[in-house]
Amino acid sequence: MNPAIATALTNPGAPMKVRGVQKRFGAFTALDNVSLDVAAGELVCLLGPSGCGKTTLLRCIAGLEKQDSGELYLGDRDVSHLAPQARDYGILFQSYALFPNLTVEANIAYGLAGSGRDEVRQRVGQMLELVGLTGSEKKYPGQLSGGQQQRVALARALAPAPSLLLLDEPMSALDARVREHLCTELRQLQRNLGITTLMVTHNQDEAMLMADRIAVMNNGRVEQYATPQEIYNRPATPFVAEFVGQGNWLPFQRSSDTHAQVGGMNLRLSDGSIQRASGRLFCRPEAINVNPPVHEENLFPAKVREITFLGNRCRMSFELDQLPGHALLAELAPEAMPRLGAQQIMVALPPRSLQVFA
Amino acid sequence: MFKPLALAAAVLATFSLNAFAAKTELTVYTALEAEQLKSYKEAFEKANPDVEIKWVRDSTGIITAKLLAEKARPQADAVWGLAASSLAILDQQGMLQSYAPKDLGKIGANYRDAANPPAWVGMDVWAATICFNTVEAEKQGLTKPVSWQDLTKPEYKGKIVMPNPASSGTGFLDVSAWLQTFGEKQGWAYMDGLHQNIGQYVHSGSKPCKLAAAGEFPIGISFEYPAVQLKRQGAPLDIILPKEGLGWEIEATAVIKGTPHEEAAKKLADFSASAEAMDLYKENFAVLAQPGIAKPQTELPADYERRLIKNDFAWASKNRDEILTEWRKRYDGKSEKVAAK
Amino acid sequence: MNSNLALPLPHKQVRQSSKAEIGDRIFVVGGKVLLLLLLGVAVLLPLLAIFWRGFSSEAGQGGGWVAAKELVTSENFHWLLGNSLKVSISVAAIVVPLAYLFAYALQRTLIPAKGIWRGISLLPLMAPSMLPGIALVYLFGNQGMLRGLLSDNIYGFWGIVLGEVIYTFPHALMILLSALSLADARLFDAASSMGASPAKAFRSITWPATRQAVFAAFCLVFTLTITDFGVPVVVGGDYQVLALEAYKAVVGQQQFGRGALIGMVLLLPALFSFGVDAWLRRRHGDSMSGRAQVFKPAPSKLRDGCYLAIVLLISAALILVFGMAVFSSLVKFWPYNLSLSLNHYQFNETAGGGWLAYSNSLKMALGTALIGSVLIFTGAYLMEKTRSQRGLNLALRMLSFVPMAVPGLVLGLGYVFFFNLTGNPLHVLYGTMTLLIVCTIAHYLTTAQMTATTALRQLDAEFEAAALSLKAPLYRHYLRVTVPICFPALLDIVRYLFVSAMTTVSAAIFLYSPDTILAAVAVLNMDDAGNVGGAAAMSSLILFTSAGVSLLLAWASRGLLRRSQAWRQTAPGH
Repeated sequence: MNPAIATALTNPGAPMKVRGVQKRFGAFTALDNVSLDVAAGELVCLLGPSGCGKTTLLRCIAGLEKQDSGELYLGDRDVSHLAPQARDYGILFQSYALFPNLTVEANIAYGLAGSGRDEVRQRVGQMLELVGLTGSEKKYPGQLSGGQQQRVALARALAPAPSLLLLDEPMSALDARVREHLCTELRQLQRNLGITTLMVTHNQDEAMLMADRIAVMNNGRVEQYATPQEIYNRPATPFVAEFVGQGNWLPFQRSSDTHAQVGGMNLRLSDGSIQRASGRLFCRPEAINVNPPVHEENLFPAKVREITFLGNRCRMSFELDQLPGHALLAELAPEAMPRLGAQQIMVALPPRSLQVFA
Repeated sequence: MFKPLALAAAVLATFSLNAFAAKTELTVYTALEAEQLKSYKEAFEKANPDVEIKWVRDSTGIITAKLLAEKARPQADAVWGLAASSLAILDQQGMLQSYAPKDLGKIGANYRDAANPPAWVGMDVWAATICFNTVEAEKQGLTKPVSWQDLTKPEYKGKIVMPNPASSGTGFLDVSAWLQTFGEKQGWAYMDGLHQNIGQYVHSGSKPCKLAAAGEFPIGISFEYPAVQLKRQGAPLDIILPKEGLGWEIEATAVIKGTPHEEAAKKLADFSASAEAMDLYKENFAVLAQPGIAKPQTELPADYERRLIKNDFAWASKNRDEILTEWRKRYDGKSEKVAAK
Repeated sequence: MNSNLALPLPHKQVRQSSKAEIGDRIFVVGGKVLLLLLLGVAVLLPLLAIFWRGFSSEAGQGGGWVAAKELVTSENFHWLLGNSLKVSISVAAIVVPLAYLFAYALQRTLIPAKGIWRGISLLPLMAPSMLPGIALVYLFGNQGMLRGLLSDNIYGFWGIVLGEVIYTFPHALMILLSALSLADARLFDAASSMGASPAKAFRSITWPATRQAVFAAFCLVFTLTITDFGVPVVVGGDYQVLALEAYKAVVGQQQFGRGALIGMVLLLPALFSFGVDAWLRRRHGDSMSGRAQVFKPAPSKLRDGCYLAIVLLISAALILVFGMAVFSSLVKFWPYNLSLSLNHYQFNETAGGGWLAYSNSLKMALGTALIGSVLIFTGAYLMEKTRSQRGLNLALRMLSFVPMAVPGLVLGLGYVFFFNLTGNPLHVLYGTMTLLIVCTIAHYLTTAQMTATTALRQLDAEFEAAALSLKAPLYRHYLRVTVPICFPALLDIVRYLFVSAMTTVSAAIFLYSPDTILAAVAVLNMDDAGNVGGAAAMSSLILFTSAGVSLLLAWASRGLLRRSQAWRQTAPGH
């Protein structure tokens, strides 16, 4: 993809606003008072499990569904009640929806009606160069690979220079190997173009890889809307904590302002004073120190249950001696793996890695 | 999207046919045999170049029913070639325009409506005839019938076809003749016996003869026109005129009351009664409305006209509905009939 | 919730409609409203007219509640009804097993030359229902070639049954073919690995999957037979049936009320079978899983031999019948002069309608095929791909299914009653070619539309959304993308409508005028007048025209598919 062309090609992205969007299908609430702001040029991912409302929200923004109430703004235009043709966006569908009986050139030129033939040809050429498919003008979509089709679909969506780009699970039709490569490329392209982009996905890896900000959705609500780092390190709700990455849950009783009782253990927390009388502590597996060389806080004995080799790291399933029956996970580099046969280990739970939840 | 245009175009076309034609188009209802339509039309149009005939042809019963159904909004301008008993019914309903054609004086008194001016004027006569297939008769060992009563003989079981009087004028004239010849009670008894031998009732008057000619059924009760035509074409037919006498019917012409083309319709009535038209009719029929023109048909005996029974048309048309109802009740679709076969 | 509401809310702007939007509104909403009006006039109002006619007690019409009661309790009616039922049930009981065997042979065995057998099985579709009747007379009538084979008369019950068996065979076959084509190889593999015999496999796998289709075929054949009068007119003799009675009441005696009442009775079997079929379909659900594998029958000489014999027998019977009809049209004077001549084809010399009837039929068939396919396909597109007018869509969908439940005879009656109403401004259309075309399109609407919908459903559901996002108007998208992709299905619909229009008689018989007489009606008239040779000739002409056009369209479709092969193949690994 050619960055030099990219900047010259499209309009600067416009900011997008969603205000209080409500949508029901019969008795089922798909979107429950959703509000969102996307800054110009930002790539925001809507992340969540099936049925959480992310695709519905995307389709409402596209005008393919009509929201029951709420407003949508693109730039400074109120597009809440406009037909899809009157809004200004490009969309890439999961199935790409390329027109099989038209050549690549004709597909890309589809939204360019009203321009002279030379202008159109020039534009198509630019778009093809942008996505790295120069020379494919006369081919038909059926003759291209999945990744190539995606690029053509992208070129087609971007050709009319919209101020918003919508992506509906763009990677789900691709092989895992191709996926990561295309994620990076797509991200690069979007950055160069500076086009405001909203992407729907259920795959957290994609979201983490590509997004400026992620909106984690569940049951029609946005549970957390923040950067990937914040989402990962400081999940706002148990759902977000569990959905993104792996996690450990430890039931606790408040023993003091700074300490929580977990099973037979008293852990120090660093999150300020503990408000709840009881609840759960959340801890990422990679934050746990196994057999630390120096003494650390919250160090407790544990038994190894199982170790799974994952290539670049290992996942260890263990049980704290003083919290039997609770399987917990830790992640280690292969070198740090306890020697086979060593069942008894020491585990440290750093205070800043423990988060309090209900 | 193109449908409204096509619709409009089609409607315009059907209208424009009338608007742009220099000729007057005359809608003429008829029960004439289809083979006769072309020559009659050509002859009339030659004599009257400013009129064009549009035929609406069907069998007698159907045409009569159609005319009656259209009583409130007649579609026909004139009728050329329909049974007089049917025309009498139309007259009773007040649907005919009385008119005396130019050559009325030459028409025989029996062959026109008695009123002055007449509601209908005759063209020719057609009479009952039996078509008997000699080849099939020999194959099946059948004796040749000479009278109507002969047809009830058990050897003919399933071998006779005759027209349904409800739809065919020929059929009706047969039934009317039997009722008049044998008296009402005996007449129905005769038809009961005949019914046992009937293989099929058909809808047109000429079909029984065609079936007989093709050997499908050896005996067909029909009328003389198809019998003569088929025999000329080489069919192995014997033309039998039963000795009790032949039922007959007058084929006639009338003008429909209230027609917008009254002038042209009257021209048609004039032509139908003229000597020129009689010349046409004589090719097909032995007895014409104008006496003295007819030429004998070689296939028919010379005393053909004398074999016609005395026919009371007034009685026939007055009782037509009742006769048909009774006939239907007895022979058209009762369960006993299936069992009898 | 961590939403960032830092940016101030902008003020709202006035809505702007683009030209494309207006064009689309006309296309979508205007198109649907137009179709709704057309369907209302062409389908709904005529049906309502039947009910009105049947129950209005205008004098001389034979209608009204009293007449209805009289009719239903009359002995004559019971006799007619009994005849109709006997015939229809017999026909269905004969045709469905035969069609099942034939379909099984084509789908589940390895007999050779399947294309030929399939082609032969389509013969009865190419000609009006009178043709088998005429052929039967020439074969088994009193002067028939094979008279000796039959102990009794062909005229009557057996004539009607045989004629209808031939006429309805392809219809039953089509349903069973499509049911037997859905075979999941995995089920059969599982059965054989569990040691099930072929008979058991049939009972436990094939039969349950095709049971519903057998019932549907039975109902269809029953309905087609009970409402057909083409065969009874030619070969029924004095064995009368309800359909014929309706014809006689309306055409013969102009008793519209009586005709309407009989029409309503004939509507019942169709409605019943339609309802039961819909209910069964909902209970049965989807028959094929998305991951089913295509079934390839295992070779078996014995099985193939048996089925080949069956198929040969049936095909031979069909060829005999249709060959006889064509042959008899060439015979100078049956049975006494068997020299060949074309004089039966000189239609203008004889009664019935002449060459005008044939040219009218061509015109009507072309009109029906071309106008009908455009209307139906576009209508299907609007219903399938534009979901925003829910009320309109629902109404259209419901109305589109009505013709399937209404036999041609009843629809024709409805048209007579509706367009003959004295107060009706559309009365001017009565007897015109336009009305014939509209009636025929309405009659064959549902099947054509299902073909269209099936083809449209294979398109990506997001095409329209993509086009809208690119600000391309839907009507342009329809013409540029949808129609070219679906062109083979469109040709299929054209063929179906053309052949149906050439061969239809049940509705046309009531709606023609002397100017617009049709070939199939001419066949009836000629047979009525005793000109059986001419009737055979005109029927043969219809047969050749339908077959010829079908072959032409099939060839065109194949050529088209070959030329568009470049983009019709799917991507590798996609």
